[in-house]
Amino acid sequence: MMPASPTPFAGVADVAAVLVLLTEMAMLRAPMLRSQVRLYAFQSLVVTVLAVVVGATHHLDTLYVLAAISFLLKVVLVPLIILRMLGSIDADMAGSHSVGVATMLLIAVATSVFGFFTLGSLPVHESVLPGAALGVAGAAILVAFVLVVLRTDVVSQAIGFFAMENGVSLASMVVAPKLPVILDAAFLFDLLVAVVAFAVLMRVHHGRNRTLSTSVIDRLKG
Amino acid sequence: MEEVVVAIALPGLLAGLVSWWVPARAAKAVTVVAGVSSFVLSLALVSPVARQGYIAAGGLFRVDSLGLVFLIASTFVYALTAVFSAGYLSSPAGEGGGAFKGGGAGSRYGPRFLAGLNLFGWAMIVATMVNNLAILWIAIEVTTIVSALLVSMDDTDGSAEAAWKYVLIASLGLGIALFATILLYDAGTGVFGPVYSLTFMKLLSGAHRFAPETVRLAYVLAVLGFGTKMGLFPVHTWLPDAHSEAPTPVSAMLSGALLAVSFYAILRYFQIAERTLGAGFPREVLLGFGVASLAFAALSVLAQRDLKRLLAYSSIEHMGILAIGASFAAPVAIVGVLLQVLAHAAAKSTAFFGAGSIWKRLGTKELGQLRGVVGALPWTGPMLVLAILGLSGLPPFGIFRSEFLIVDGGLSSGGDWPAAILVVLVVVAFLGLTWSSTKAMLTPAPEGTPVVRAEPSGLMAASMLVALVVLAVLGVHVPGDLSHLLARAAAELRAP
Repeated sequence: MMPASPTPFAGVADVAAVLVLLTEMAMLRAPMLRSQVRLYAFQSLVVTVLAVVVGATHHLDTLYVLAAISFLLKVVLVPLIILRMLGSIDADMAGSHSVGVATMLLIAVATSVFGFFTLGSLPVHESVLPGAALGVAGAAILVAFVLVVLRTDVVSQAIGFFAMENGVSLASMVVAPKLPVILDAAFLFDLLVAVVAFAVLMRVHHGRNRTLSTSVIDRLKG
Repeated sequence: MEEVVVAIALPGLLAGLVSWWVPARAAKAVTVVAGVSSFVLSLALVSPVARQGYIAAGGLFRVDSLGLVFLIASTFVYALTAVFSAGYLSSPAGEGGGAFKGGGAGSRYGPRFLAGLNLFGWAMIVATMVNNLAILWIAIEVTTIVSALLVSMDDTDGSAEAAWKYVLIASLGLGIALFATILLYDAGTGVFGPVYSLTFMKLLSGAHRFAPETVRLAYVLAVLGFGTKMGLFPVHTWLPDAHSEAPTPVSAMLSGALLAVSFYAILRYFQIAERTLGAGFPREVLLGFGVASLAFAALSVLAQRDLKRLLAYSSIEHMGILAIGASFAAPVAIVGVLLQVLAHAAAKSTAFFGAGSIWKRLGTKELGQLRGVVGALPWTGPMLVLAILGLSGLPPFGIFRSEFLIVDGGLSSGGDWPAAILVVLVVVAFLGLTWSSTKAMLTPAPEGTPVVRAEPSGLMAASMLVALVVLAVLGVHVPGDLSHLLARAAAELRAP
C-alpha cells in the first residue's frame, strides 16, 4: 500500500522545523558575531511563524499569545540587547572556533542524526505537528550544544544557549502544544531575564579581558 | 498555617527590593530580619507538617514533609548568611588586602550585594514550596541568574571567569531540565488529556499510567539537567570555580543550600519515575551518578591547594553521597539522606564562613600560605577545624550520623557493594580533606612573626558558632518533631 501523502500543513511544519536546524548550522559557521545574532533572530521568527500556523490550523488560540510574546522577546528584544551590547563595547570578531569549519559542520551533522533518530522514535500523545518535527527539535537542541562547545567566544556561546531554547520551544510545540500559556509566558520571561544576565556577564568578561574570546579564561583549573 | 506558608515567601523578595534602594546599614538590617524571620517561620511548620503531612496555600504553594526539609536547609543557610554578610560587609580589608572590591565608603556594593543575596534566598525558598514542576524549574533558573551575577560581583579576573562558566553551564543544564519537564507533560497527556497542570500530586496520582519510554527519557534528562546545578559528575565543572571565586557569603549559599535545592528537584522527578518505571531504573541512574561524583571528588580533594576550592570538591563529594543514599531502598537510608541535607548545610556554611574570615583577616586562602590561623583567629580557627572534621564525617557531628544511617540502609537493603564503595571513598575524602586543611590551620606562624589575635567581625564568628552548634545537635540528638518530619518525608518519597 502506498504511504499517504503529507498534508500541506505537515509539509509546511516539516520545512519550518528543518529551517530551524539549518539556521543553527549557519550560526555555527557564521564568522561575524552580528551575523550570528541576526541568524538567531531569523530562527526565532521561524519558530514564531510555526506557532501561528499551528494555532491557525488547529484552533489553538493560546499559541497566538505565545507567538506574540515570542516575537517581541526573541525576534526583537533579545537580538537588540545583544547587538547593543556589541555596539557599546565596539567589538565583533571573526572565526572563533576550536576546530575547522568543515570539521565543525561534520560534527554537527553527526550530532543531528543522533538527535533525530533518538527523539524521533519516541511515542507522542498529543501531537499537532508531524512526528518528524520532534526528531528535528532534538537535533536542533544537540547542535546548539555543539555551537556552545566549539565556538570560542562569549557571544556565540550565549547564542548557542538561546538557540537551544528555540529547539526546546519547537519540541514543546510538538509534544505539548496545549501547555498552559501562563507557563510558556513564564519560560519566555525567564529567558529575557537570562539574556540580561548573559549581557551583563559578557560585558564583565570584555571589561576584564579586552576580548570576547573565551581562550583567555583558563586561569581556574584543578 | 496557610498564612505562615505565604509569609515565608515574602521576606526575601521584599528585602531584595528594599535593599537595592536603601543605605548599606539599613540594607544589612533588612537582610538579617528577612533571613532570620524566614527561618523562624519555616521552623513553625515542622510540627504541623510532621503531623498532617502537608500544608497547602492557594494553588501555588504546597509544603509537604519532603519539601519542608529542604525549605529548612535553605532558610537556615539564608539566615546564617544574612548575619554573616552584615559582618562581612562591615569589617575592614585584611592584612593581605583580602576583601571584597568596591566596598569603600559610599559604595553601592553592599546594598546591591544584599539585594542579590535576598533574591537568591527568596528563589530557593520558593523552589522548595511550589506545587508545580514547571514553576520549580523557573525558580531554580532564577537562582542561577541571580547567583551568577553575585559570583561576578568582586570584579576580579577569577570571578568573571567563574561567573561566565557558571551561567553558561548551569543554564544549558537547566535547558535540558526544561526539555525534561516538557517531555513529562507529554507523558501525562495520555492520562490527563491535552491540558492539565503539572502539580506534584496530580502527576503522582497518574504516574503509574504514564508512557514508560517518555518518562525514562524525561527522568534521565532531569537528573542530567538539575544534576548540573547539583554538581554531579561529569556536569559539575562550573562548581569548583564558582564556589572558590564567589564572595564568601555567596559560596555558603551555593554550597549549603542551592545544591540541595537542585537535589530536591531531582527527587521530585525520582518520585514520579519510580511510580511509572518501578524502583530499578531510577535508583540505578542515581547510583551511577552518585558513585561517579563521589569517586571523582574523593580523588580531587587530595590535590587541592586552595581552601575554598577544597570545600567546593567536598560539596561534590556530599552530593554524590546524597545520590547514592537516595538509590538505597531502605527508609533509614532516606532518613540519612535528608539528615545529611541539613547537616551539610550547617557544616558547609561554617566552613565557608571560616574560609571567608581567614581571607578577610590574612588575605589568602592558599593552604600552603596559611600558618598560625588558630593563633590569629581565636574563634574562627578552632571552629573551622571542627567544621572540617564534621564535614569529614567524624562524630559527634550530624554528618557522621547521617552517613551511618545511609550505609546502614544500604547494607540492610541489599546494596552491599555500593555501601562498601561509599565507605571506602568517604575515607579517601576524609584523608584529603582533613590532612591539608587541618595542617594549614594548626601549624603555628613562623617564629618572630607578630601575631595579632582578632576576629574580623563578631557577627561573622557568631554565625559560625550557631551553625557549628546545630551541626553538633544534629549528631547528638535530633529533636523529636524534626525526627518525625524526616521519617515522614522518607515514607513520602517511598510511597507506592
